Amino acid sequence: MEKVISTNKLTKKFGNFIAVDSIEFEVEKGEIFGFLGANGAGKTTAMRMLCGLSRPTSGSGMVAGFDIASQQEDIKKNIGYMSQKFALYDDLKVWENLRLFGGIYGMKKKEIEDKTAQILQELGFEKERNTLAKLLPLGWKQKLAFSVSIFHEPKIVFLDEPTGGVDPVTRRRFWELIYRAVQRGITVFVTTHYMDEAEYCNRVSIMVDGKIEVLDTPKNLKAAFNAANMDDVFQQLARKATRINN
Amino acid sequence: MLKFLLEKEFKQIFRNPFIPKLILAMPIIIMMVLPWAANQEIKNLKISVIDSDHSALSKRLANKITASGYFRLTDFSASFHNAMQSVDAGKSDIIIEIPFDFENSLFKSEIVSVMISANAVNGLKGGLGSAYLSSIINDFADELSAERGNHYQSSIIRSQFRFNPHLNYKAFIIPALFVMLLTLFTGFLPAFNIVAEKESGTTEQMNVTPVNKGIFIISKLIPYWIIGFVILSICMGIAALVYGLKPAGSLAAIYIYAIIYILVVSGLGIVISNYSSTMQQAMFVMFFFMMTVILLSGLFTPISSMPQWAQTITTINPLKYLMEVMRAIYLKGSGMHELLPQLFALCGFALIFNGWAVLSYKKSK
Repeated sequence: MEKVISTNKLTKKFGNFIAVDSIEFEVEKGEIFGFLGANGAGKTTAMRMLCGLSRPTSGSGMVAGFDIASQQEDIKKNIGYMSQKFALYDDLKVWENLRLFGGIYGMKKKEIEDKTAQILQELGFEKERNTLAKLLPLGWKQKLAFSVSIFHEPKIVFLDEPTGGVDPVTRRRFWELIYRAVQRGITVFVTTHYMDEAEYCNRVSIMVDGKIEVLDTPKNLKAAFNAANMDDVFQQLARKATRINN
Repeated sequence: MLKFLLEKEFKQIFRNPFIPKLILAMPIIIMMVLPWAANQEIKNLKISVIDSDHSALSKRLANKITASGYFRLTDFSASFHNAMQSVDAGKSDIIIEIPFDFENSLFKSEIVSVMISANAVNGLKGGLGSAYLSSIINDFADELSAERGNHYQSSIIRSQFRFNPHLNYKAFIIPALFVMLLTLFTGFLPAFNIVAEKESGTTEQMNVTPVNKGIFIISKLIPYWIIGFVILSICMGIAALVYGLKPAGSLAAIYIYAIIYILVVSGLGIVISNYSSTMQQAMFVMFFFMMTVILLSGLFTPISSMPQWAQTITTINPLKYLMEVMRAIYLKGSGMHELLPQLFALCGFALIFNGWAVLSYKKSK
């Protein structure tokens, strides 16, 4: 299988604090890769390095065939990113947010229009086309943010706790969108605190204190830890953390 | 790419509940109020007259002084001592002593001295008061010369106030107010805009896109450029309609200098926002810069009367150059060829600040 992400001793230090400690892993094309860990374990820092938002202190990594230390702008053309908090423009309408980001990724006007119509229809958002983003309920905002992050058909999409703060039904619907993206060949790299979501992933890594403690399929992990579900696996590992959790 | 970014900026500005109103209201309020308030003309100075001559001529001089509008007669004092008491009591600001034999001496074409004593606790008031008074006395001497065909010695000093013949302080302050408004709007707004994007997280969303940071910054500059144009036009309109003040020089030159100046200030605003992570931080740093550049620009006080070291600092103050340009074009009618040093200075600042803005904008840390 083609590797779309690979890292080699990837490390990020802030002063004396080692946020990400020499992590090594690979993600294959078309995979849903769950990137788990307690708060403060270093997930977001690692993800920011993979997205070209942050430079590694040492170690290296490749994303979509480009080096994360020296080819950040090339990486950015090939990925999508959805942050923990809703980071689209509140004072732009739904279609305007789609148009703006489509334009930034160099899509043509016609392409943007067609794709916008298609996405609004898929999401059942046709009536909200002209609604300002700030007026949407949280679950809808998350769907919109996800749609924007894959609007330009990236190779990989990075989702940082995409479903925080919404009900199980809304989360379930969100995951249906993720599956649809995977069917189109987009690789999904997702962090989450919901262990039921971890079960949806093809493979899962769990970070503890800046290191990747385990990496395998949910099924193998449950077997290895003699656990009934992923929540149990996570509890056993996260308890070992010595870093002060906030 | 730029097209999409500009579209976004303009939509955001027009949808902002506050900014469009601010763009209209602030210039109107400042232009209607400040030229009257920020006025250094001295009027209604309280004067004590010591008339030791009690002649027709001395009375005529006293009348001329009080009729000028600048002075209000406190009293006719019997002696300098009495007059000083009025000054001490705060009833008088200035004393004029007309000597005994004033009329006679004048008829004999002798040199006559009139003594002016001004309370200079407020230096500006004292200085301007005695200057006004001297000029009234000179006028008086001229009148007498004309009437009698003599030449009186008192009319030695002649000041001719060119370009602003009536010493109308408004004509001096209005072009400076344009510059101040341009500075406030095109400096603060882009700075706040960028920090607001940082705070809301949209900057990070932009930073994971392949957006070119130069283009991103240009998309932030252009809207404020246009806002600057609108503000300048509103200001010039009010100056013409309300104060009858029209530029003596070319309108095109004013806009050309303004275009470059706006780039300078917006560039500075963006530099500051690049180094600020919160709104408070940006606001404080911006305020510090604004206060410094405004007070060191010659807006209220002439640069030539600042100490040498302060004058040296003003050479790196872009506001100073536009202030000079605006006053020169508005009042003197100077052309661009006379204002080339200022043009080069402003272009230099524009390059430095905008280059710095692009370099200090970091898409990744």
